[in-house]
Amino acid sequence: MTTLPESTERKLGLVIDLDICVGCHACAVNCKEWNTGGYGAALSDQDAYGADPTGTWLNRIHTFEVEPHDGPAQIVHFPRSCLHCEDAPCVTVCPTGASYKRVEDGIVLVNEDHCMGCGLCAWACPYGAREMDAKAGVMKKCTLCVDRIYNENLPEEDREPACVRTCPANARHFGDLGDPDSAVSQMVSERGGLDLMPEQNTKPVNKYLPPRAKDRAVPGPDLAALAEPEAKGFLGWLDRALEKI
Amino acid sequence: MHPAPSLIVFTVLTGLGLGMVAWMGLGLGSESHLFGWIAGPLALAVTGIGGVASIGHLANPGNAWRAFSQWRSSWLSREACLMVATKICFVIYLAFWLLLDIRIWPLGWITAGLAVATVYATSMIYAQLRTVPRWSATPTPHLFIALSMSGGVLAGSAVKGLIGLDVPIEYVLIWFVMAAAVTVWWQTQAAGARRGHDGSSMETATGLAGLGQVRLFEPPHTGSNYLLKEMAFEVGRARAFQLRKLGAFAGFLIPLVLIILALGLGAWVLMLALICHVAGMVFLRWLFFAEAEHVQALYYGHK
Repeated sequence: MTTLPESTERKLGLVIDLDICVGCHACAVNCKEWNTGGYGAALSDQDAYGADPTGTWLNRIHTFEVEPHDGPAQIVHFPRSCLHCEDAPCVTVCPTGASYKRVEDGIVLVNEDHCMGCGLCAWACPYGAREMDAKAGVMKKCTLCVDRIYNENLPEEDREPACVRTCPANARHFGDLGDPDSAVSQMVSERGGLDLMPEQNTKPVNKYLPPRAKDRAVPGPDLAALAEPEAKGFLGWLDRALEKI
Repeated sequence: MHPAPSLIVFTVLTGLGLGMVAWMGLGLGSESHLFGWIAGPLALAVTGIGGVASIGHLANPGNAWRAFSQWRSSWLSREACLMVATKICFVIYLAFWLLLDIRIWPLGWITAGLAVATVYATSMIYAQLRTVPRWSATPTPHLFIALSMSGGVLAGSAVKGLIGLDVPIEYVLIWFVMAAAVTVWWQTQAAGARRGHDGSSMETATGLAGLGQVRLFEPPHTGSNYLLKEMAFEVGRARAFQLRKLGAFAGFLIPLVLIILALGLGAWVLMLALICHVAGMVFLRWLFFAEAEHVQALYYGHK
């Protein structure tokens, strides 16, 4: 059913540390690698080696420049994927019942056998988390690697989402955000973890940790150095005299 | 948003066809059997062509039958259910009227109610999307229902005119002017409803408001993708003003003149007005999609 559960037993999700992310795209690459062979249809590419390649990805890494009023700009790398919202608008708009949110762990999934490829869920998502696969004609999205996290055929340390497992900087964390004592919840409360676009009323489960404040004041650009130095004395007289010519 | 031809044809034609169904259900057409035999199947055909066009929008139409299952939560599913219910009721109503000469009025009224409800459900598919303020912060349901009813009354009257029946032109005029007014009202509301209308910005999208002003430094990919093609559509925006003018002329002004001319020239002129009106609706519906801005394009630096 595409009605949302009143509450979920757990709220599994990701915490992404924007202070640490170095923008290497390893999480996106490992996501594509795991999910093209795992749950549901493959993540197809079109014209992959041609002039105009496109393809389906469940995780994309943006890079933003943030400029404060007083001080130099700062670069922030920003991985973007499904936030497994508590009030997921993508689920309730689905006409076929293909989209659903699991009661046991809160993961938002697409049953591809039921999806008719109308694309309305992608329209309803503020975060661009859903992409229609051009080859399979079904909606693809982050599954929180549901086929890894409970997979007893994998060694225990691998039972977390591919993006988290592969992050070389440890900027991504996985856990139960419904449990206030979990490591991820602790991290969120200590670092002031944020919801993206709270005005959209989606109640995202995934949280983003904002970059830490710099440990020392970074001087802004030295505009004075760009101005002509004012000469004094004889050179000053010469300067003024030359200007008059 | 990407103005898919399938959705433009679907919304314009089903709106028109359901408007005809609603008026015939209310009994405000004609008692004439000839009228019923032409207008009834025409309404069904126009709605049907629209319905077929909507299937063209699906990437996986094999599962389309499942769209009747989620009426509890999904407006698209409600639309599908209401559409079928309307058509079944209308066919039974027509059959009794035209074959047995029994007009079951309550069934007609139910059919009319279902037809309007279907148009409302269609409009809510767009109006429910908080992610697209141009659709959700504007009177979109009013627009769709007004256009459907005025299109329906014009089409019904045009059929009556063609078969030589008396047409109360004033009646067509009132509905037509009302639909034009609602369209202008919707346009004024839509003018300011850009993607930041509900407070969304690159700062709220990234959660980085505390650090300063956010600018896209490098997109995730150099090429295009589904998200950009579907939800960051910008082609033709530069010509929006001209297209809107074209839509206003073809959709309302020229038909209005033709409706007034019909008073002197005969009601067959209404058919020209109808053709012109539908062409105008196609322009305006194209803009309805093309000008709508989605908040997720904020991640790609579209402000």
